[in-house]
Amino acid sequence: MTRVIRVRVNDQAHERQVEVRRTLADFLREDLDLTGTHLGCEHGVCGACTVLLEGEPVRACLLLAVQADGARVTTVEGLAAGGRLHPLQEAFRAHHALQCGYCTPGILLTAAAFLAEHPRPAREQIREMLAGTLCRCTGYQFIVDAVAAAAQAMSP
Amino acid sequence: MKPAPFAYHAPRALDETLGLLARHGDEAKILAGGQSLVPLLNFRLARPAVVVDINRMSGLGEIREEDRQIAVGALVRQRRLEVWAQQGFPLLADALRYVGHHAIRTRGTVAGSLAHADPAAELPALLVCLEGSVVARSPAGHREVRARELFVSHLTTSLRPDELITEVRLPRLHTGAGWGFLEVARRHGDFALVGAAAVVSLADGRIAEPRVALFGCGATPVRASRAEAILAGQPPTPEAVVAAARDAAGALAPESDLHATAEYRRRVAQTLMVRALGLAIGRARGNGP
Amino acid sequence: MGARYVGAAVARVEDPRYLRGEARYVDDIKLPGLLHAAFLRSPHAHARFRGVDTARAAAMPGVVRVFTFADLEPFLKPLPVFGAPPPGLAERIRFTIRPTVQYALGPGIARYAGEIVAMVVADSRARAEDAAEALEVEWEPLPAVVEMVAAARPESPRLYPDWPDNVAVGFTHAIGDADAAFGAADVVLEERFRIQRYVGMPIEPRGVVAAFDRRDGTLTTWNSTQVPHFVQQGLATALGLPPGRIRVVAPDVGGGFGTKAAGYPEDALIPIAALALGRPVKWSEDRREHMMAAAHARHQVHEIALAARRDGVILAVRDHIWLDLGAYSGWGIVLPYNTVAHLLGPYRIRNLQVEVAAVVTNKTPSAPYRGAGRPETVFAMDRAVDCLARRIGLDPAEIRRRNYLGADELPWDLGMPYRDGNPLVYDSGDFRSALEAALAAAGYAEFRGAQKRLRERGIYQGIGISGYVEGTGIGPFEGATVRLDLAGRVSVATGAASAGQGHETTFAQVAADALGVPLDWVTVVGGDTAAVAFGVGTFASRSAVNAGSSVHEAATAVRAKLVRAAARLLEAAPEDLTIEDGRVSVRGAPGSAVALAQVIQASLPTFARAGVAAPDFEATACHHVPTVTWASAVHVVRLQVDPETGVVTLLRYVVAHDCGKVINPRIVDGQVHGGVAQGIGGALYEELVYDEHGQLLTGSLMDYLVPTAMEVPPIETVHLEYPSPRNPLGVKGLGEGGAISPPAAIANAIEDALEPWGVRVTETPVSPARLLALIGSRRTA
Ligand SMILES: Cc1cc2nc3c(=O)[nH]c(=O)nc-3n(C[C@H](O)[C@H](O)[C@H](O)COP(=O)(O)OP(=O)(O)OC[C@H]3O[C@@H](n4cnc5c(N)ncnc54)[C@H](O)[C@@H]3O)c2cc1C
Ligand code: FES
Ligand code: FES
Repeated sequence: MTRVIRVRVNDQAHERQVEVRRTLADFLREDLDLTGTHLGCEHGVCGACTVLLEGEPVRACLLLAVQADGARVTTVEGLAAGGRLHPLQEAFRAHHALQCGYCTPGILLTAAAFLAEHPRPAREQIREMLAGTLCRCTGYQFIVDAVAAAAQAMSP
Repeated sequence: MKPAPFAYHAPRALDETLGLLARHGDEAKILAGGQSLVPLLNFRLARPAVVVDINRMSGLGEIREEDRQIAVGALVRQRRLEVWAQQGFPLLADALRYVGHHAIRTRGTVAGSLAHADPAAELPALLVCLEGSVVARSPAGHREVRARELFVSHLTTSLRPDELITEVRLPRLHTGAGWGFLEVARRHGDFALVGAAAVVSLADGRIAEPRVALFGCGATPVRASRAEAILAGQPPTPEAVVAAARDAAGALAPESDLHATAEYRRRVAQTLMVRALGLAIGRARGNGP
Repeated sequence: MGARYVGAAVARVEDPRYLRGEARYVDDIKLPGLLHAAFLRSPHAHARFRGVDTARAAAMPGVVRVFTFADLEPFLKPLPVFGAPPPGLAERIRFTIRPTVQYALGPGIARYAGEIVAMVVADSRARAEDAAEALEVEWEPLPAVVEMVAAARPESPRLYPDWPDNVAVGFTHAIGDADAAFGAADVVLEERFRIQRYVGMPIEPRGVVAAFDRRDGTLTTWNSTQVPHFVQQGLATALGLPPGRIRVVAPDVGGGFGTKAAGYPEDALIPIAALALGRPVKWSEDRREHMMAAAHARHQVHEIALAARRDGVILAVRDHIWLDLGAYSGWGIVLPYNTVAHLLGPYRIRNLQVEVAAVVTNKTPSAPYRGAGRPETVFAMDRAVDCLARRIGLDPAEIRRRNYLGADELPWDLGMPYRDGNPLVYDSGDFRSALEAALAAAGYAEFRGAQKRLRERGIYQGIGISGYVEGTGIGPFEGATVRLDLAGRVSVATGAASAGQGHETTFAQVAADALGVPLDWVTVVGGDTAAVAFGVGTFASRSAVNAGSSVHEAATAVRAKLVRAAARLLEAAPEDLTIEDGRVSVRGAPGSAVALAQVIQASLPTFARAGVAAPDFEATACHHVPTVTWASAVHVVRLQVDPETGVVTLLRYVVAHDCGKVINPRIVDGQVHGGVAQGIGGALYEELVYDEHGQLLTGSLMDYLVPTAMEVPPIETVHLEYPSPRNPLGVKGLGEGGAISPPAAIANAIEDALEPWGVRVTETPVSPARLLALIGSRRTA
């Protein structure tokens, strides 16, 4: 069974026919070639697939593509505005907050939404936010540093 | 890990939804936040022939404040209620913070968590503690199902396949009541190994209207009714609290699983009940006249 | 040659593509006409099966082909095995080794739940899965052998009926005279420790894409592997193609930790399908498959005994060790001997006696995982040492002071061979300084005072220590090719694939310094067999030592070629030339400087003249690394225990470590943090649990508990640099170290916190339920 859906991804409109059982993650990766959204578990735990749906973080593996019909989605590919790295991306590089990079897109988007709500977060709040996305490489220390630094850089 | 094929409907009107549910019965699954259902679909552990996605329905997205309760529409996300509850319903905010993570709560619904009826979940315990209810609709009409009648067993409610929860009713705390909500989980954001929710008021320096629900230690959330009876009218002393908690723990029939033994659950249920009641009494004192 | 980059915390050059979501992992690869594979895996831990009925599946929509053993028999060779004892070791120790034969696709028998029975190829993954479900297999279940120690007994049912028992690798080993030392001891401490099954769990599961090009008869396969050259060799054997016709590429790899250093059935099956169908095929492992079909690790049991004097000086160790191999023994002596070789660690102990049994069971095969025997053996030893300290009333720090080797005692010869057959001699380091540095950073002395005061208030905090000495950088070599282009820009290729370790930066630092060029002139390619002919791969903390040395050697050779050519061009003596910042000049005459590009171009013939020198600015090195170099560390952790719920909260974690010369301190810190986080997982959270039928109960990340940012406390590192005398860069390996000590340190700290009750922690993970049961039995006793 298929349906035609229209989705705005990173400010670009797409119209595609999809199988109703296709998840948003597979839709982004397979149909739109936006392979920055990663799959690590397909059951909601790892957070590697996290994208923004109407500005809020969601697991793209737990949403059917048909459910995103008419919605606005931001993926990691949309984070660097006009080619310039987002302050979070800059901070992740400066603080060595990534190793294999597989978890990174989900964490960047989760953190972007978080900083929008908490412009001056305490380290403990950052850790709690990060707890929703698993990283197996970094031990999280430098990710906390990077988010804290990005918050600084972004606050006026 | 891709879902098995299914037919998909995203009705907008209530009649249409109820019609689909009635038509497909056991073959259909309601899809709300998807945070429990979609993992099951991906693992092919759930294989509904028909998925009825209620996310396009209108009128289910409201939080309505009434005199003695708040009415939460079936499409109200856990995250939204959490933010809302931070003003004025801190018990609710406390409980919701334990549910998974931000990105889970962004989608997961309050009603969906109740319908899913995981005995280690926070919201079913909260509903039991608050003596809340859900409104279930079917082509035959609607009925209010009280918490104690809703939860039947592990992942099983008394709802029929043709029934849709349209609203969750959460009674407000009495003025001056104190609360405590605590759990132990393996990691931050995991389902509880054991948890306790407690509400008490103080009248003339004695415990009044105590309500305690324990979770993660039985096939459903457990209302500690006998312990409540022991507590009611007692002075709020540590001894009274411990005696009640011991009684409640003794009445539990927890199970062992991968993450904890039955014995652990019984012991820690008692500990958390003591602590939750301690918090509740402290807050009631702070709040009291 | 100035060390401009080596030692500096330069930002990683590979980061931008990851940050933009432009990295390319195996699952991101798309090819025209790509097909997708899914596998039918055994639902039974141990069962025979007769024929697979494929008719219904083959007729399903989108299905291209179903493959069973019968269809693929000519291609199916036994999977490669490793770990035969090298000569120096075989001379000294008599190993009993029983090889197991594993096929990519089982011929009629499955020995673990998850073993592949059939492969379906279809036009989408979902449809391949639909069809895999429709395959019909007639099973005949056999008794499942699950619990390892029981499995080692002769009366246990067997996995391999022609063996006398289930022991695949067995040996005994001794140094000194343990019997005499035990006879003379004031104190003998005996304890049994159990380390659970747990594993790397990279966030990217495995994946393979393969395409066969009929025109030139070459196969290209992308594989999320740490060991592309091993995969190439395996395929050469399976397919009967020369290695040069097989290109294996490990593109961006989302974490490995050893899990992706094993040879796997899918490595062969996907290329075989691509060959058979004449179309490219992809398989992306999903998490459920990963849990049951990617290698597991760690499970060991130690019955250890220490003989000591009253003053705490340890005289001898006896240890009876069991290791759980799972269904197949693909790694020979690697894990069992690693376990033995690291048992004594930093302790000055001259008498040792061990008996080792590596046992096959009906569970997922195990493979080396970050530490590979070291975390297990260090757990047994450091736990035993703490138990001994408590027995004789010594502080855990003090007993270590009395037994750790002093810097003046190095090099220290253990009097036994290492796994590579060469003498096991600690080459460098200072274990006592590491101990003191870690204790100081953790505030050990002050904590002892605070601990008492907290206890009076009912707050139970503890501090725990664990140290290790780790053989790193196992050889024999890694291949590296360094080549300049017309502009003098440098490409470096090595067999050491990166799975996040930052090789593109660290090897660029090494090459840039050796050549005298800016860092951004260097591009590093790891993990492409077409870019470097010979290679081994990244595992066992080996890449900095092996690949680093080879890159250094190759770059140095290229530099010599540049100098030779420049000497002709500048009409100067080669020894008078320097290369800095990509320019060659005569020492003391900066005006003479010419760009490298000029030197290279002058070496190429023109119509007017021949080149000034041979236009060869390329070199390949396979630096010989006969044996390991010894890294070391001491970990100290502070934590709090809630004695009423059994919940352990980590407060602070300190690592004082020596990994020789540090190439990039930022990257080193990152490796340490990551290792510690995995060790924390092993200490408190992670376990692969089986039921008595051999069914894996922890089949998802809901049940297999990878620590989150809330479970990992702040980690501080103290770098102690004792350069290795065994390689030109002075480096030692550090990829694994972080993961070695946390289980022991944390268990020690838990016991320390609960000292009033004399709780003894003998197994991990220390879950709240386990801990509360221990506390409960003590409190009521
Ligand atoms: C990583 C992760 C961690 C989590 N951690 C926790 C946790 O700590 N605590 C916790 O409580 N939960 C946790 N959850 C589950 C989460 O809270 C779910 O959102 C919730 O259990 C189900 O709500 P949902 O809206 O997503 O329902 P869905 O997944 O859409 O549906 C769940 C079930 O309820 C039925 N249903 C849904 N809505 C209705 C309705 N209106 N009427 C009748 N039936 C309905 C569905 O048919 C289905 O059977 C976690 C989930 C994930 C993925
Ligand atoms: S892939 Fe979606 S949360 Fe792991
Ligand atoms: S950087 Fe590898 S999982 Fe986070």
